[in-house]
Amino acid sequence: MSTPKRIAGCLSMLTVASAALAQAPQFGQPIAPADIAPWDISIGPDGEGLPPGRGTAIEGEAIYVAKCQACHGEKGTKPSDALAGALVGGVGTLAPDKTPIKTVGSFWPYATTLFDYVRRAMPFQESKSLTADEVYAVSAYILNLNGIIGSNDVIDAHSLPKVRMPNRDGFIPFPRNPK
Amino acid sequence: MVGKTHPELSDPAAGNGILSRRIFLEGALVVGAIGAGLSYGSAEPLTTQSWMKVPGPGFAGYGQPSPFESKVVKTFLPAPATPGVGASRTPLHLLEGMITPSGLHFERSHSGIPDIDPDHHRLVIHGLVKRPLVFTVEALSRYPMQSRIAFIECGGNSQLLNAPQAQPLNVTAIHGLVGCSEWTGVPLSALLDEAGVEPAARWLIAEGADAAAMSRSIPIAKAMDDALVCLYQNGERVRPSNGYPVRLLLPGFEGNTNVKWLRRLKATAGPAMSKDETSKYTILLKDEKAWQFVLPMEVKSFIARPSPGLALEGPGFYEISGLAWSGNGSIRQVEVSADGGQSWAPAALQGPILPKAPVRFRAAWQWNGGPAVLQSRATDDTGMVQPTRAQFAAERGLRGVYHYNAIASWRVDEKGEVSNVYA
Repeated sequence: MSTPKRIAGCLSMLTVASAALAQAPQFGQPIAPADIAPWDISIGPDGEGLPPGRGTAIEGEAIYVAKCQACHGEKGTKPSDALAGALVGGVGTLAPDKTPIKTVGSFWPYATTLFDYVRRAMPFQESKSLTADEVYAVSAYILNLNGIIGSNDVIDAHSLPKVRMPNRDGFIPFPRNPK
Repeated sequence: MVGKTHPELSDPAAGNGILSRRIFLEGALVVGAIGAGLSYGSAEPLTTQSWMKVPGPGFAGYGQPSPFESKVVKTFLPAPATPGVGASRTPLHLLEGMITPSGLHFERSHSGIPDIDPDHHRLVIHGLVKRPLVFTVEALSRYPMQSRIAFIECGGNSQLLNAPQAQPLNVTAIHGLVGCSEWTGVPLSALLDEAGVEPAARWLIAEGADAAAMSRSIPIAKAMDDALVCLYQNGERVRPSNGYPVRLLLPGFEGNTNVKWLRRLKATAGPAMSKDETSKYTILLKDEKAWQFVLPMEVKSFIARPSPGLALEGPGFYEISGLAWSGNGSIRQVEVSADGGQSWAPAALQGPILPKAPVRFRAAWQWNGGPAVLQSRATDDTGMVQPTRAQFAAERGLRGVYHYNAIASWRVDEKGEVSNVYA
């Protein structure tokens, strides 16, 4: 075995090794957006991601009574569980020196958050079980209890992002975040 | 025989008995030089104990703490009304060092701990990316990994100190929503580079695979900086209560953003305005405005010993020890006071001192048996100093719930009982 051949063999191995190192490992599998859709449950504040469907507060009341009231209380007040929290009331309690009661009506800046959260996390014991129509309807019911929309107003992908929440302008950026 | 003398060890470094930290730095604890310790009287004669006379039991597949340590457990205050909702607390008054044992790391869960089969878990990266990708846990395991020791602190930790009157609580009840692990995983930047993030993407919506599908929006700059997609905690797979099989680590950021059971990252132009970044984890200020996206946990410390429930046995020498950390960097200094902040002395810092990781600090204290108020005050390497409670309240009021990081105070009375006070 001649030395030049050995060197050539070593060089070729080095070439293979460096080619393998030159590319970062890529172990993710490509997936089509349509195949992600069942997992893509995020709703943007502009309404991006809201599904087809519709509901009104009148339709939502029965769903609320059956699925939500046990924890959140009748008409969204007096929750049985402190962590569930009140959904209604508290307007005016953000004022200086008052004890804040932070509800959907008094504190939440975006109505789209209501749809997003109810669909992903509620009802607590059976999350992701409501249809889109049911989520729209129960969202409408909670908005109506807070006096933000009428009881016959249709809530859907078009109207929900347009609901103006009372505390929409209540938030400012934290001034000391990293750049 | 003439021993080495340490006259400086007995020098007071601050009022009411705080001694020089040289006692720790020189590794020599000379009780004689710092005055009388406790008088225990003569010890009992020694005998050969039963466990030295027969062989002990054999091996176990997974080691457990001694049964004599059965009181060292997480606490639930209050007990959750709905199982799996709420928080458990790290028993800070019973632990040492900087690392939290994995089984004692605090938990904050919004819909219980999902029972995830790792073979069926997936992480998807999509949204404003060139190539939407799905990763199995096995695929994530093949990437080059990094380890770092980092604290995770719940944004709601220490919120009981917002109460107008100091409550009779111990250190675990007040500060127990913090823990520290060695986390190992894949830099998130590598996965994002593989997916090809579009320039328009400024945020990532991170979502967990729990029943609440808990989600938070994270600035993409943080994701590209030091975020880790973690598979391991203290050398073993992440515990279910801490996010098995995959959790996000955002070193120094509010605990809630370190999404557990990570299943999805969606690149977006703006934040999702999810429930947990609007109705929760925002800080209502003195006026009607609220800070939103309060991301770093700012510089903080507490004294773990002495602390309520750990009464002093009588005048003499005590070590004051606790933890200090900053989500913005490394701890530069911790000072302690035994006179309610009238005078301060630097504590010894137990290395390694790592960015965004807790530091154990220690100070020597000669308690004279009189009343004392013990405090610790941390400074990080950005120069930020832990505020007094008055300074904290002056900036933001006491209605904010989250991110309470003011100096905390323990009162020691003449009986040696320790209690939570505002001072």
